[in-house]
Amino acid sequence: MAATAQDSQAPLRGPEKKDEDREDETEFSPFYGIDKGAVLQEARVFNDPQIDPRRCQQVITKLLYLLNQGEVFTKKEAAEVFFGVTKLFQKQDINLRRMMYLCIKDICPGADEVIIVTSSLMKDMNSKTDLYRSNSVRVLCKIIDSQLLAQIERYLKQAIVDKSPVVASAALVSALHLLGNNAEIVKRWINEVQEAAQNKNNMVQFHAVALLHALRASDRLAISKLVSSLTKASVKSPLAQCLLVRYVAQVIQDSQPGAGGEQRPFYEFLESCLRHKAEVVIFEAARAICNLRDVTARELTPAITVLQLFLSSSKPVLRFAAVRTLNKVAMTHPLAVTHCNIDMESLISDQNRSIATLAITTLLKTGSESSVEKLLKQIGSFMSDIADDFKIVVVEAIRSLCLKFPAKQRALMNFLSGVLREEGGFEYKKAIVQSILVLIQEIPDAKETGLGHLCEFIEDCEFTYLSTQVLHLLGQEGPKTKEPSKYIRYIYNRIILENATVRAAAVSALANFGAACEPLRPRIIVLLRRALSDNDDEVRDRATLHLEQLEGKAGGPDAVQPRLDVNLVAMEKALADYLAVGTDKPFDISVVPKAPPPARAAGSGALGMPGASSTSGGGALPAASATRKDPTAEYAEMLRSIPQLAPLGEVFKSCEPVRLTEEDTEYAIFCVKHVFEGHIVFQFNCTNTIAEQVLEDVSVAMDLADAGDFEEAFTIPLDTMPLNGVGQCYTVVTRPPGAIATGKIVNILKFKVKEIDPGTGEAEEEGYDDEYVLEDLEVSPADYVKPTLLSNFRKSWEELDPSTEKEDEYGLGVREGLQEAVEAVIGILGMQPCEGSEAVPPNARSHTVLLAGIFVGYQQVLVRMSSGIDAANNVAMKLVVRAESLELSEAVHQIIQDA
Amino acid sequence: MAGIDPTLPIVKNLLLLDSEGKRIAVKYYTPEWSTVASQASFEKALWNKTSRTNARAEAEIIMFDNVVVVYKYIGDLMFYVTGSLDENELILYTVLQAFYESVTILLRQQVEKKTVLENLDLVLLAMDEIVDGGIILETEPAMIASRVTMRGADGEQAPVPITEQVGLETGLETFSKALASAKEHLARSLLK
Repeated sequence: MAATAQDSQAPLRGPEKKDEDREDETEFSPFYGIDKGAVLQEARVFNDPQIDPRRCQQVITKLLYLLNQGEVFTKKEAAEVFFGVTKLFQKQDINLRRMMYLCIKDICPGADEVIIVTSSLMKDMNSKTDLYRSNSVRVLCKIIDSQLLAQIERYLKQAIVDKSPVVASAALVSALHLLGNNAEIVKRWINEVQEAAQNKNNMVQFHAVALLHALRASDRLAISKLVSSLTKASVKSPLAQCLLVRYVAQVIQDSQPGAGGEQRPFYEFLESCLRHKAEVVIFEAARAICNLRDVTARELTPAITVLQLFLSSSKPVLRFAAVRTLNKVAMTHPLAVTHCNIDMESLISDQNRSIATLAITTLLKTGSESSVEKLLKQIGSFMSDIADDFKIVVVEAIRSLCLKFPAKQRALMNFLSGVLREEGGFEYKKAIVQSILVLIQEIPDAKETGLGHLCEFIEDCEFTYLSTQVLHLLGQEGPKTKEPSKYIRYIYNRIILENATVRAAAVSALANFGAACEPLRPRIIVLLRRALSDNDDEVRDRATLHLEQLEGKAGGPDAVQPRLDVNLVAMEKALADYLAVGTDKPFDISVVPKAPPPARAAGSGALGMPGASSTSGGGALPAASATRKDPTAEYAEMLRSIPQLAPLGEVFKSCEPVRLTEEDTEYAIFCVKHVFEGHIVFQFNCTNTIAEQVLEDVSVAMDLADAGDFEEAFTIPLDTMPLNGVGQCYTVVTRPPGAIATGKIVNILKFKVKEIDPGTGEAEEEGYDDEYVLEDLEVSPADYVKPTLLSNFRKSWEELDPSTEKEDEYGLGVREGLQEAVEAVIGILGMQPCEGSEAVPPNARSHTVLLAGIFVGYQQVLVRMSSGIDAANNVAMKLVVRAESLELSEAVHQIIQDA
Repeated sequence: MAGIDPTLPIVKNLLLLDSEGKRIAVKYYTPEWSTVASQASFEKALWNKTSRTNARAEAEIIMFDNVVVVYKYIGDLMFYVTGSLDENELILYTVLQAFYESVTILLRQQVEKKTVLENLDLVLLAMDEIVDGGIILETEPAMIASRVTMRGADGEQAPVPITEQVGLETGLETFSKALASAKEHLARSLLK
C-alpha cells in the first residue's frame, strides 16, 4: 500500500519537455519560472516554530504542481518534504490540513516514514470534524500495511457506519482498495457493510453495494442470494442500481446453460430498469439486455426502443452510447435494429465522427438492397474526415454488405476502388485490398472490374506486401479473364519500376500468363528476357527458370505453377512423422492424400486419425446437422476433379460423414453420400491404422438387395490405404432420375493385404485378398433434401399448390423443453428454419416453426410445424407440408416416421 | 488497482489540459500509463484527436486506443475523463460533469487557465474528492466544492467558525497580514 513518490507519481514528463513548458509558461502563471531546488528550499517553512498556514499551503501546492508536471523527487527529497509536512499537524488550520492529506498521499516515501504520521492521523480519525475523519481514513488506508490495519480496524468498522456520509464513503472505498491485499480483515466488516447498504445517501449505498459484491465475488451462490435480496429491496442510488444491473446480468449469464425454454430469471428486473428515472440506469439496463446470451427478439424490443430514443438526444454522449450498443446488436440481430434506421440515417452527418461511423456501419449491417447507393453517397462525403481505424471498420462493413447483395457489387466495388486511391496507412489499404480480393473470389461478376482496380492500385502503391499480393492474384486470375493481354502492361511496369521483392513477384505473375495463354507466350518470353539482367538474384533466377519452362524445358509451361493438390493437414502430419522417424530416405509426397476436401481441414483431420476423437464418428451426424452447415460446396470441387465422376453432373447434396467401422479397428472407414440427379456416389474415406501392413486395391462392394431402386454402376478403387492418412475410394450407384429412392445397404470392404517385413521395413511382394464387413448404410429421404433460405415464407407457401398439402400429427414423447424438441426435428428434416422461427420464446407452451428446403431436382418443399408441450413435458406436433408434388410431401412425412 | 471487482466502474484518469494540450492537472489511476512518456503521448494523441471538435455546449465523447474518453471545453481549458472500452459512457459523463461543475463553483465561474493556476490547490483537491484510486467517490458538484473548501461534509455547515480562526491568527500577525487573511476567508466563505 505504501507508495513512494517514485511509483505513485512516477516521472510524468521528461526534463526537456518540462523546460520547454516553463519557457512557454505565460507570465500570469504563479508557477512561472518555478524550480524544484527553490521550492524544496521554501519547504523549510514547514519547520518554522511559528507556522504560517497560508504560506505552507502555497508551498504544498507548488510541490504538487511539480509532481504533476512530471518532476521526480529523490527518496531523500521526498522524505524531507514528508517530515516537514508531518510537523504541520500541530497547527489546527482546516484548509492547510486538507492540503496536507493530499500531499501525504502523493509524497509518501516508504513504510519507515509512515509510522511518524499514523498517530496524528489516528487522532484525526477520532476528531469531531467529519472531514478530518473521512480524509484521515482515506490517507491512512492508502499508506498503512496489514499490521497497522489490524490496529485501526475497529475505527474503520465504526467509520463504515458513521452517520456522516463522507466518512462512511471514505471507509467503504478504502475497504474496496484494501480488499486486494487484506481480504481476510475486510471480510470481518460484513455486518457493518450490510448496514451501510441501507444508507439513505446515494454514494454510501453505491460503495456499500460494490463492497458487498466484491466480498462475495468468488461465491456464485452468495452472489445470487445477494442479487435476489437487493432486487427486492429498493436501491435508490443510480450508481448502485447500475451495479445491480451488472450483477443481475452476471447471474443470468451463469444461471442459464444453453437451451432456452424457461423464463430468464430477473429479466423482468432488467426491463423495469428501462423505466428508471436516471438515464445512466436506463442505459445500463438496455446494454445488459442487448448483451444477454442468446437474447430473443422479444426480449430485445424494449431495450431497442429506449436506445432509439437516445439516438435523437441532444447529448453526444447519449447518442454515442446508444449507437454503439445498437451497432453491436446489429451484428447478431439486424432485424431488431431496422426500426431505428431512420434515426440512424440522421446520425450519418453527426458532428461527432465516432457516432457517424458507428451509424454508418450499423446501417450497412441492417440496410436493404435498395438503400445501398444512397448510403454509399453519404459515406463518401465523410470518409476523408475520419481516422484510419474507423475507415477500416467501414471497409469491412462494405465488404460484408457486398457479399450480402452481390447485385450491388458494381457500386460497392467502385466505392472501394475510390477509397483505395485516397491517402491512407498500411492497415487501411490492406483492409481494402483484402476486401477486393474476397469479393473477386466470391462474386464472379466482380472479378474483371476488381482486377482492373487492383492494377491501377499497384501502379502507385507504396506497400511491397500489398503489391506482391496483388501481383500473385493477377497471375492466378488474369489468364482466365476474357482479355488477359490488358494486364501484361501493368505487371511489366512493376518489373521496371519496383523494388526487388515486387519485381520477383511480377516475373512470376508474367510467367503464369505465358503458361496459361498460348497466344501470349512469345510476347511474354520477350518481356521475361529483359529481366535476365536484373541486378537481384531472385528476380534473375525466377526469370531464367520460367523462360526455360515456357520454352518447353524444365517441365514445360505446366510446371510454371506446380499444383500441390494435397491435404495440407495430412501433409503437415506426414512431414512431422517423416522428421520424427529420422530416416535418410527422401520424403515421398505420394503418400499424402490428394485432392482434399477443401476448407474441412479440421474435420477431415479428426476423422482421418483413428481414435483421435471418439465421438466424431457417432456424434458427427446429429451435431453437424443441427448446425445445418452445408458441406456440399466443400466437396463439389473435389468430386469435379475426379474424371470418372465428372459426367454425373453437379452434386446436389453431400451428407455428413458416417462411421462404418468400430472404434479401434484396423481400418477406419467413413462414408459420405453425395446425391446427384440420377446417381448416388458413396465416398469412403479410408485410413489404415496398422503400421505393419500395407492395404492395396481397396474398394467397397455393396449388396443392394434391400434397396431395390439402386443399381451399382462402377467403383473407383483406392490404390493404397494410407497409414494414418485419408484416402478415398468410391462406389457409384444409379437410381431413377429425380426419384427418392431409399433402402439399407450392406457394405463389404475388399482389399489386398501385404505384411511388412519387420526386418527390412519393406512390404512383402506377395499379398492376399481379404475382406471386412462394414456397418450397414441407410439411404433415407432426408439425404435428398437440403436447406434453403426464403425471405418470404408466406408468399412461397401460397404459391405452392394446396392440393399437394399433407398433414399429420406425431407424438414426440417426453422432452426437456420445446426448444430442444424443435431443434431435434429441424435436425432430422435437415431443412432451413425461416424468419427466425426456430427460436422458441422462453416458457412458451406452443410454437410454430417454418421450414424450407429443396429436394433433389430443385423442387421446393415447405413445412409448417406446430408443436405444443403439456405439463408433463410431453411434446406433440402437427406437420403440414406443401411441395411441388404430393409425392414429395409424403416423402417429408416419411423422414419423420423413419426417425 | 489489482484485485478490484471487475463490475465496479473505474475511472482511468482525470485530465485538465490547456488549449494547447499542455497539462495543468492530471491524475492517472490505472497502470496503463505508468511512465512519463506514455502519459505524455496519451495526452498528446488525445489532444490531437479532440482539439478540433466542438465540445463547448455539450460534452463530447471519443473512442480511441482501447479507451473511451468523455470531454468538455470551458474557456481555454479542456476537461477529460477516461474509462475502459466497455464502461457505461453515461457513468463517465457523470464524473465529467462532477469535475467541471465543481471546478466552476470553486473558481466562481471564472473558469480559465489563469484562475485555475492561481487556485491550483482547489482544483487538485476537487479531483481528489471526485475519484479515489479509480473508484468514484462523489459526483455531486456542490458537495465536492464544499468538501474541498472544508466548509462541511454535506455542503451545509461550516465545521469551524471563521471568526474564531481569524482571531487565533491576528495576535501573531501585522495588521495588513490580518486584513489580507480576513479578505481571503471572506472570499472563501462566499465560494459556495
